[in-house]
Amino acid sequence: MNTDIAVVGFAQAPQVHRTSATTNGVEMLVPVFQELFAATGLTRRDVGFWCSGSSDYLAGRAFSFVSAVDAIGAFPPIIESHVESDGAWALYEAWVKIRTGEVDTALVYGFGKSSAGELRRVLALQLDPYTVAPLWPDSVSIAALQARVGLDRGLWSEKEMAEVAARSRADAAANPYAQLSGAVDVAALLEEPYLADPLRTHDCAPVTDGAAAVVLAAGDRARELCNRPAWITGLEHRVDSPVLGTRDLSRSPSAAAAAAAAGIDGVTVAELHAPFTSQELLLRRELGLSDAVRINPSGGPLCGNPMFAAGLTRIGEAAARVMDGTAERVLAHATVGPALQQNLVCVMEGRS
Amino acid sequence: MAGQLAAVLGTGQTRHTSRRLDVSMAGLCREAIDRAMADAGTDWADIDAVVLGKAPDLFEGVMMPELTLADALGATGKPLLRVHTAGSVGGSTAVVAASLVQAGVHRRVLAVAFEKQSESNAMWALSIAPPFTMPVGAGAGGYFAPHVRSYIRRSGAPEHVGAVVAVKDRRNGARNAYAHLRQPDITLESVQASTMLWDPIRYDETCPSSDGACAVVIGDEAAAEAVERPAWILATTMRTEPTTFAGRDQVNPRAGRDAAAALWADAGISDPMAEVDVAEIYVPFSWFEPMWLENLGFAAEGDGWRVTEAGDTALDGRLPVNPSGGVLCSNPIGASGLLRFAEAAMQVMGRAGDHQVDGARTALGHAYGGGSQFFAMWVVGAAKPGGKP
Repeated sequence: MNTDIAVVGFAQAPQVHRTSATTNGVEMLVPVFQELFAATGLTRRDVGFWCSGSSDYLAGRAFSFVSAVDAIGAFPPIIESHVESDGAWALYEAWVKIRTGEVDTALVYGFGKSSAGELRRVLALQLDPYTVAPLWPDSVSIAALQARVGLDRGLWSEKEMAEVAARSRADAAANPYAQLSGAVDVAALLEEPYLADPLRTHDCAPVTDGAAAVVLAAGDRARELCNRPAWITGLEHRVDSPVLGTRDLSRSPSAAAAAAAAGIDGVTVAELHAPFTSQELLLRRELGLSDAVRINPSGGPLCGNPMFAAGLTRIGEAAARVMDGTAERVLAHATVGPALQQNLVCVMEGRS
Repeated sequence: MAGQLAAVLGTGQTRHTSRRLDVSMAGLCREAIDRAMADAGTDWADIDAVVLGKAPDLFEGVMMPELTLADALGATGKPLLRVHTAGSVGGSTAVVAASLVQAGVHRRVLAVAFEKQSESNAMWALSIAPPFTMPVGAGAGGYFAPHVRSYIRRSGAPEHVGAVVAVKDRRNGARNAYAHLRQPDITLESVQASTMLWDPIRYDETCPSSDGACAVVIGDEAAAEAVERPAWILATTMRTEPTTFAGRDQVNPRAGRDAAAALWADAGISDPMAEVDVAEIYVPFSWFEPMWLENLGFAAEGDGWRVTEAGDTALDGRLPVNPSGGVLCSNPIGASGLLRFAEAAMQVMGRAGDHQVDGARTALGHAYGGGSQFFAMWVVGAAKPGGKP
């Protein structure tokens, strides 16, 4: 069994509003794989296990991941799997595979062309198909309900939400992949009209096409491939009930439980997959992150949210802080489902 | 086998039929889960994680249905992982659930797979024409018929071998209370008289469209030793190759051959025909039995049909194949692979009822998907593997 497993490489496609590429991800993934191979010295034949995350509904077709395999050049045949979820859960499956000892490297990827449909309506199809989805409650409206619960309870304010947006855009100025970036004035943001009361445009992640990939490796193999691997010390995920009416939407028990199990003490950087400003504020409370923890130095999903790759991107961005030596211990978070239903927490650290 | 020991503690499945209008998707899954939990003697507090597999979400019209099914799957508050690897997904679901135990992450994992095709329309779901992709426009039968024709030409197999498989599997299915199609009176003549759908595949040689679910509880060594007769997981494999490329052998794909070779090696099996007692092989069209017998290494290339024709794959043959009736009798697509894996386990656990193969000690579960390009397999045994840490 391999118990020491690290992120040793990360690459991503530009987080654009609309790519001309097909929905199967191939055009976005090929350059990403090339970048990873160049950085690690691996070739496709060296990769022990491949695992991807994507969504047929986002692609508007069945079996979209089947075509994505064409980005690999999978002959001779490869050991490969796929999750119908964010690539962060593909990373989880790959981490398990490496732990069994069957392989010592894995390449994990996620991709999504969110612009191919009307994203907020597409995501309504995640809801109960018999009683809720037929009403077409879209993802932004559900997030707005969640934001309203927190506002009414005094857990956060619209000004704090705008401050999250402003901080994210400012940080994204240093991220060449981000779709949105730059200086914005909080007071001016609060003058904007509501998109879905109490959410304004700046409170919502932009519709984003993109892809990301991460290389995992075990033990000495990790040290061969990377000067400073980001060792995974905790990787946990949990899911909450789908019934919005029975959940306290101001809380995220699954995120809290995943963080508690992963052991997040001592992290100095957290990349949170919060596609809405209110969700970042919720997660910071739920995870117990102090003001000293640097949140989303990449700009986070509010500046670029490639569906089914954005959670994996958080892991890659957090790992990059360890790999480049700017942080010792970091946290990455990923989410899928309405109102933060399912959450994953990955804690990584550098070792000298 | 990599990692720690793992074993099947219990299995469950639904009654499979065209339209299970008596249950929701949640009810369908729960019917299989409740049976698996009872079979395993397990309660919810013992389940550490849930893995859900199913084929394309468009088949039910629900995006990532595991999210809305979380409560019914008993996953709320626990890790829930959704696997989707085309038609092989049921097998992959079991492989991933096993790996969670083998990796030492969990002690007991619930694997669930389902398809409720009556909720949507699979032909619609498979007929969407994405940009820049040439549509096959033929459905699964039209897609695979040329592969079958090619097999017949390459192997010189007589044309009736497909019907032999159909008769055997449908009669086996008549012994399986859960099977969708139960046809004890089917004959070679009646199969050969059925409508030709996609030459050389006749109506009676095709799988049905089913609603159904399957569930399996997998546990670690201690959990397995606490139950009466577990099915020890001796080896698992998965392999993938692209759908199309010049020179690809679609009749005998390399991904399947590689997967089988790795599987037998990991399980310590050098002569599969002699050492495997029963095989549940993914056969959605009758001719895939001889084709996969060759791909899996049970027969030399070109000889698979001879094994079938000789009756060696019958319930009382040398290698009973699909004693449950297989995919030809029940095809809830996303669950079909897990059913193969579960039926293999049921055989070595001695719990296959009227379709039990006497003395089955070692069994294969097999699934494939896409354009014969995704493969998932496992070998389970009645005896605990020796010499393992």
